[in-house]
Amino acid sequence: MSTPLEASSSEQVDDVSSSVSLAKQIRRLWQGDTGLGPILIGLLVLIIYFEARTSVFLSAGNITNLFIQATIFILLGMAEIWLLLMGDIDLSIGYSAGIGGAVAVILTSTQHDWSWFIALPLGVLACVLISVVWGTIVIRLRLPSFIVTLAGQIGLLGVLLYLINSQGNTGGSLPVQEKVLYDLVNGDLSPVATWVVIVASVVLLGWIILRSDQRRRSAGLEAKPMWLSFAKVIALAAAGVLLAIIFNTNRSSFTFLNGMPFAIPIDLGVLAAGTFILTKTRAGRYIYAIGGNVEAARRAGINVNRYRLLAFVFSGFTTGIAGLLYVSRLNGISTGIEGGTYVLYAVAAGVIGGTSLFGGRGKMIHAVVGGLVIATIYNGMALINVSAAGLYMVTALVLLAAVVVDAIARRSNSSSTN
Amino acid sequence: MTLTPEPPTSGVSEAGYTTGGSGVGVIDKEQLLSLRGIAKSFGPVQALKRVDLDVPPAQVTALIGDNGAGKSVLIKTISGIYPASAGQIFWKGREVHPHTPRDSSELGIATVYQDLALCDNLDIVQNMYLGREETRFTQLDEIKMELATKELLKDLAVSTVKSVRQLVGSLSGGQRQAIAVARAVMRDSELVIMDEPTAALGVSQTAQVLELVRTLASRGIAVILISHNLNDVFKVADRIAVMHLGTLVSHGPIANYDVASAVEMITTGASSRVPTNSPNGD
Repeated sequence: MSTPLEASSSEQVDDVSSSVSLAKQIRRLWQGDTGLGPILIGLLVLIIYFEARTSVFLSAGNITNLFIQATIFILLGMAEIWLLLMGDIDLSIGYSAGIGGAVAVILTSTQHDWSWFIALPLGVLACVLISVVWGTIVIRLRLPSFIVTLAGQIGLLGVLLYLINSQGNTGGSLPVQEKVLYDLVNGDLSPVATWVVIVASVVLLGWIILRSDQRRRSAGLEAKPMWLSFAKVIALAAAGVLLAIIFNTNRSSFTFLNGMPFAIPIDLGVLAAGTFILTKTRAGRYIYAIGGNVEAARRAGINVNRYRLLAFVFSGFTTGIAGLLYVSRLNGISTGIEGGTYVLYAVAAGVIGGTSLFGGRGKMIHAVVGGLVIATIYNGMALINVSAAGLYMVTALVLLAAVVVDAIARRSNSSSTN
Repeated sequence: MTLTPEPPTSGVSEAGYTTGGSGVGVIDKEQLLSLRGIAKSFGPVQALKRVDLDVPPAQVTALIGDNGAGKSVLIKTISGIYPASAGQIFWKGREVHPHTPRDSSELGIATVYQDLALCDNLDIVQNMYLGREETRFTQLDEIKMELATKELLKDLAVSTVKSVRQLVGSLSGGQRQAIAVARAVMRDSELVIMDEPTAALGVSQTAQVLELVRTLASRGIAVILISHNLNDVFKVADRIAVMHLGTLVSHGPIANYDVASAVEMITTGASSRVPTNSPNGD
């Protein structure tokens, strides 16, 4: 209210680092841009706790394992975020992923023997089609997605059982018989390729960060202080190097096993694509707008129905990828799949990361952080021999804490900025 | 958007006049917007009865009247939300038929409703460009949009926002109003219709919004301002149009009115001191 526009902007352009105090920057970093601060600290606390309880926790083998465990939460979480951003939800993605995976397993089985590069995309396509059906019903009939996909959850379990049982007397499970599908999670990059992927990701991301700062600065716009961007890039590089070293350490006690699991670059790719669409394209902007104020979006001339359906398509695509990794990790698909539980963890991953359940606020990276938190709890609790009862209760507490922290942060955020 | 004249809708002429009969001949090409014989009924309820109104460019026309007088229906007719049952709308001397909000915004008519239609979760720049983002190699060109937004807000003397990257949800009522108006201006609107822009604002914010209204007029943009607050009206308006029970009872330059006569017309539909419904008031 008090600072004129020109004054504040020109000051910060002229001398960014001195006019913006360090404390202010830290506060901004905390609540504004990423909003990931609290949850990252929470993750760190969990890690320290588990490492203190058992030294196995931070071994290379366990960390790699943890990332693989997190993959399914991360991917399903990203699938859910597409919809959460618009205030929608899809309760069926757990079983939808199962169907996508089952399609890939069945088509590549020795009985049908389709090539993997047709069968795997068809598995993903199945999930996209399922999402399009839900999306169309929700949008055309103006029904709440919660109810439509709740019905969908039950129906898809039926479809999945039908698919599995249609393959003859299988005892309720189908094994993966195709090497590529099996390797999605169980295969590893060579150590050199691991380094290449990590270095390439860090360089690309660093370039994007510094380049966008540079463009803002040369256009005379307020930009984050240079040191902050460099600090970010350095932190990124450090994390990358650390991960590469961990992945390239031998993690098998009786043979030799190292390299980054294929699942990690797949996660990164989906994350990058989703983030790009959400932040750099009109489609992403409109998805946020629809989640924020659907009437305003409509009056701005946005074809609301089209972009809602598009979000369902993206969600289905991500679900399909998750399904492939799911069957790869379990080395098959069985009628015992806990699709209902997975979908709740997917929503939890998004919310723990900081995505709002009410639409309009969230990022793809939230699913990654939230998924890692859930996987950390799972993994750590198992290592220190906590019963399933304890595990569920702790997971519930973390989810609750995330929602509380989020609500408090949002309240202080809206009152501190004016 | 059809610009070809349509035959006037029949069946609504029970009010005792023929639509468009005399209207075409008296259209003043100098007027930005001219309404002739505009009527609107919802079933048996006649919300507008034969309204004739001229809106000149670069002036602030205040549309006043009691609740239910038909102000909102009239502006919704102009902005294409409720197409008129009868009558003609002329835009720069040409007859037009806005049937949807998009039709009217393509003409250059922007309507800022009370709810402002802003997305609280998006920042100022994102709201300003919502639905018509600038792109560069298919990617959003944030820098271009941010520079243009800053430039426009500076032009409109909206100096109270700290950063154009602030979320709209964190802005005050007056600032939000300013952003909604700035968005209308950015879309090359020649007529901005504002529905009770100061209704929910405090004193200093009201002053800011009124100042913004004057800035618009000085940039050559016509403004139709609906307001219940006669103080505001007499501060900013060049012309006044008074509605009473669905008819336009009087319109003319503000100099012809004072608060007492305006109140009289709002409540009774006539005033002992002002000649009613004089075409231009002079």
